[in-house]
Amino acid sequence: MEKEILTLVTFFPLVGVVLLTILPRDRHDSIKGFALIISFVTFLFSTWLYYMFDPLGNGMQMEVNIPWITSLGISYHMGVDGISLLLIMLTTILTFLSILASWNSIKTGVKGYYISMLLLETGMIGVFCALDLFMFYVFWEVMLVPMYFIIGLWGGPRKIYAAIKFVLFTMFGSLLMLVGIIYILFEYQKYSGVFSFDMLKIIGELPLSYQAQLWLFGAFALAFAIKVPLFPFHTWLPDAHVQAPTAGSVILAGVLLKMGTYGFIRICLPLFPDATITYLPYICILSLIAIIYGALVAMVQRDVKSLVAFSSVSHMGFVMLGMFALNTQGIQGSIIQMINHGISTGGLFLLVGMLYERRHTRLIEDFGGIARVMPAYAAFFMIITLSSIGLPFTNGFVGEFLILLGAFHKNNVYGIIGATGVVFAACYMLWMYQRVFFGKVTNDENKKLLDLSWREKVILVPLVLLVFWIGVYPKPLFEILKPSVNLVVEQMERAEAVRLDDDYRVEEKLTTVEVGNNELSFDTEEQSDE
Amino acid sequence: MITLSAYVIVAIVLFGIGTIGVLISRNLIILFMSVELMLNAANLTLIAFSRAMNVLDGHVFVFLVLTIAAAEAAVGLAMVITLFRNRETINIDRYDLLKW
Amino acid sequence: MSDYLFLIPLFPLIGFITNGLLIGRLPKPVISFVGCSTVFLSFALSVMVFFELKAMPAGLRVIEQVLFTWIPSGSFHVNIGLLLDPLSAVMILVVSGVGFLIHVYSVGYMHNDPGYGRYFTYLNLFTFAMLTLVLADNFLLMFVGWEGVGLCSYLLIGFWFEKKSASDAGKKAFIVNRIGDFGFLLGMFLVFWTVGSLDFLTVSEKAPEVFTYGGALITTTCILLFVGAVGKSAQIPLYVWLPDAMEGPTPVSALIHAATMVTAGVYMVARTNALFILTPDALLVVAIIGVVTAFFAATIGLAQNDIKRVLAYSTVSQLGYMFLACGVASFAAGIFHLMTHAFFKALLFLGAGSVIHAMSDEQDMRNMGGLKKYLPITFSTMFIATLAIAGIPPLSGFFSKDEILWKSFSSDFGHPLFWILGFVTAGLTAFYMFRLVFMTFYGKERMDDKTRTHIHESPKTMTIPLIILAVFSVIGGFVGIPHIFGVTNQFEHWLEPVMATSAGAAESHVLAAGGGDTGMEWTLMLLSVVLVAVSIYFAHLLYKKRTELATSLRERFSGLHRTLLNKYYVDEFYGAVVVRPVVYLSLFLWKVFDVVVIDGFLNGLASRYHEVSEFLRFGQTGRVRTYATVFIFGVVLVVAYMLMD
Repeated sequence: MEKEILTLVTFFPLVGVVLLTILPRDRHDSIKGFALIISFVTFLFSTWLYYMFDPLGNGMQMEVNIPWITSLGISYHMGVDGISLLLIMLTTILTFLSILASWNSIKTGVKGYYISMLLLETGMIGVFCALDLFMFYVFWEVMLVPMYFIIGLWGGPRKIYAAIKFVLFTMFGSLLMLVGIIYILFEYQKYSGVFSFDMLKIIGELPLSYQAQLWLFGAFALAFAIKVPLFPFHTWLPDAHVQAPTAGSVILAGVLLKMGTYGFIRICLPLFPDATITYLPYICILSLIAIIYGALVAMVQRDVKSLVAFSSVSHMGFVMLGMFALNTQGIQGSIIQMINHGISTGGLFLLVGMLYERRHTRLIEDFGGIARVMPAYAAFFMIITLSSIGLPFTNGFVGEFLILLGAFHKNNVYGIIGATGVVFAACYMLWMYQRVFFGKVTNDENKKLLDLSWREKVILVPLVLLVFWIGVYPKPLFEILKPSVNLVVEQMERAEAVRLDDDYRVEEKLTTVEVGNNELSFDTEEQSDE
Repeated sequence: MITLSAYVIVAIVLFGIGTIGVLISRNLIILFMSVELMLNAANLTLIAFSRAMNVLDGHVFVFLVLTIAAAEAAVGLAMVITLFRNRETINIDRYDLLKW
Repeated sequence: MSDYLFLIPLFPLIGFITNGLLIGRLPKPVISFVGCSTVFLSFALSVMVFFELKAMPAGLRVIEQVLFTWIPSGSFHVNIGLLLDPLSAVMILVVSGVGFLIHVYSVGYMHNDPGYGRYFTYLNLFTFAMLTLVLADNFLLMFVGWEGVGLCSYLLIGFWFEKKSASDAGKKAFIVNRIGDFGFLLGMFLVFWTVGSLDFLTVSEKAPEVFTYGGALITTTCILLFVGAVGKSAQIPLYVWLPDAMEGPTPVSALIHAATMVTAGVYMVARTNALFILTPDALLVVAIIGVVTAFFAATIGLAQNDIKRVLAYSTVSQLGYMFLACGVASFAAGIFHLMTHAFFKALLFLGAGSVIHAMSDEQDMRNMGGLKKYLPITFSTMFIATLAIAGIPPLSGFFSKDEILWKSFSSDFGHPLFWILGFVTAGLTAFYMFRLVFMTFYGKERMDDKTRTHIHESPKTMTIPLIILAVFSVIGGFVGIPHIFGVTNQFEHWLEPVMATSAGAAESHVLAAGGGDTGMEWTLMLLSVVLVAVSIYFAHLLYKKRTELATSLRERFSGLHRTLLNKYYVDEFYGAVVVRPVVYLSLFLWKVFDVVVIDGFLNGLASRYHEVSEFLRFGQTGRVRTYATVFIFGVVLVVAYMLMD
């Protein structure tokens, strides 16, 4: 059973898809019920995975490696390490919660919607498990289709524009990634004589020339940077978020954006270490721009959802900054921050969705004084807001602090500029909070709003518990992450050492020449003495 | 003795007539016949070379082509009739549903 | 008993959770009981651990309790751990003691407020955060409390959130504090990457080895840490949030914005004295900021008419004194003033609250007057506090303020200029405080009749805390009677282990100098007492005896008065220079950069693509013959190309 657990977690939602296709399309309650149960069972499987995972074990665990298309070296190779484990947990939790959150908001095409959600879940978990580049690519693209439908069919007024923009951006990036994958395939064949897409083998064995690394890093990084999204590839995000239905936004922000950062840490860093060192300053600068740019633009948004979307840009900037600090603190912080961002931004989107269901507007100016009418809602919103701005003892702080600590060590300037993001975060979130929740209720329609229902509280309570758990006692997470992160850090340190070594060798040559000259002059002096 | 080049020249001429027929005729039936002409020009070359080189492969091909041509004619004519019933014309310039 | 150290912050946390989860479901007496008793338990425990600490030999007075590992990330390892030493012992006594009194006071003050449960929830959370701040054994946990008190301050300033000005003030407080926190964060980074630990004891121990005395690194570190303190303790240039914070309920102003939270910056500087002592430059910055703020805020205080705002500026000014003390490396004097200030300023605020309560929420002193006979207890306690803050011997404020003034003159890091500014500020303080007293309690009754009929002395829950605080305002200074009275300075002696470890040579040197020049010390002390007396006389003259004189003076110097009344237009300046440009920049980035440049570029790309396609589609005639012609033409070309080879 231990071997099959990954397959089970990944494909169990697909079983649900099959079941749902059999159900008649007008039996909404049973469709919703089924989808909910399936996603919950998937979540249970993932917790089981969590318990079976050995935090002390090095490398990949629960590995499955079955040859699939042998002539091309494609195999069904799955496995998890600490990084992917946490992201899988996040995925299963968020999918469950967002299916629960869609209960009343999706009224048309119910069957197709839940099928899309479950298909999406399989795609997402697959990406995090895949250890074969081909599988990785397949899952990566599989995800795109249901998300396209979720935005394009159940979205807001400009859903078609948003859906197409989302798909075109992502496709553009992933095609370059495909080219990169194929190039690697042939390089590996040249090197070892056989085709293989196996990530671990390629990372472990394939020596890539510096020039090739530069190009390949560019191809992969573009795909991932669009997904993150890194400034200036972020413009699809606000549109997609604003137009998507609540659950779509939650999954999009909570999990899909993590694919980009996950790709960086799983593929770009270990596969192209030398290129990473070269690109590092540029990526850090883009991340810093993203942090500040996202925060500033978020500040002046009129729509709560697009405010949260831009805040995502800022937060993901933090994640990228930490990762490219290339030290333990930075990378661990960045992974923790991926989880945090999923929880807090996911939570914010859920909350905004709840308000939208009641009022059918998200414009900040339509609200005001909500804290008086919906106190429980305001309290939950406050907690998630605080987690989003990184208040200590909430999850956001642990991640942000480590990221900044790491970045500061890499380069003081990165740390200093990054830390201004902390100030801006407080500005835009609190300003929004003030305008929505404080003041007097001026709009009559807001006077009769109902506070949270039981279902909504059930959705929010786990998120709040996670917020405080990660904020107060994150030690288990760090233990899980330790071996995998150490591996990356060691590799990066080696690459940096080689780089320094090269520089040093050049210097050494120069100094030996100088020494030679000195010796020469010394000789001449001696001669003159004689 | 008729030389190989004579056969080939005839085949080229036949092929050319067929091509021109395809390009300039508006009548679907004539177009169809021109296509057959082109096919047969190809058959002629195959036979000619087969004979000149004293191998049987060409013959085999020609039989194959003839069979396919027959099948194609059957299906093609059936389509022409259906088209005519639908559009009441066999002028192919009127079949321009895919025009920009 | 010290094994239960963690219970000190835990009790208020339990109160917070109980009140918070059952909000709206508990009757008021239960809420008040939970709210007050938890803080009282903390206070009782604090007293016990204090005596336990006192029983230990002076050099060994350190109790550390590590609860669990918080963040273990590579070489970075931070615990949730508590540290009790003489310094934090003083702080927990002040925080839980004054905090408890204010909780009790709030029971009466907030009695009719619909948000009663919410109020006590926040107040307990604040006490928890503040106790965490002072008990933390490392920078990061201190930062937890630091941000935690900031959050509570935000929540409590904006407690009446339906008022726009209140929610504005809360937000302003939080954001300005965040700017300070930015410095604190960076300071922490520098400390960690230089020392390799964030533990206070480790840092104090290693600091002299890893930092070079007076080097750029240590100076930067200390100044960054000080930026954090400036934000939290409302010093120039980040003081602007504190006066606005008076929008919160008055007990909150007393607890958070006078007695405890705002002094966190001073506590932090004192806690990290091992670092500050290594850098004369940073100390100079601290001293200058402190003394300038003290003077600057006092001048604004002269012209304010809102009773709470006068007190707010007075707080800013007194905090300036504390930083002045720290800046001249006399951290013990700073903490001493912190403690006495906690007593008398909390008392002043609570008294002001009692006045406001009696006046049906009127805060403008121009509409008060003659309240002495209506509010005898409030008047007498507030009068004691005013005497204390003005520095009349032998009240608490006299000893602590005089200590600071003397140190600013005599310390190695001191300067006569510091003393002069501090001295003038002492006069101003006495003046504006007595102005407050005279305008409020003496003279004509300027309120309208409706308000007058409602004036009543506050209930017992409010007056008893006032009396207790008044007692402490009187006797609080006796723990730190200076050497020249022929006794050892108990307070300084008590804190010596904390300061001595690092301050070492410098501090003992200062002490020696202080002991040597007794005549000078007597002279300066006498001078300041005389100045205070003169200032009180002027206040008496202007605001009690001949009020028309004040009016004519105001008219004579109307420009100056307006500037002071409008707080030197600093808020307007920040608005024009910082806030508005940022908003416009953001709008520009969004509307122009995001929408026009990036999306414009991409959409432009898409429409060019569209245009090209529009042109190319004319190739699709839909005629089979055209397609065939093109096809054959292509075949001919290909064949021709192949033949050419």
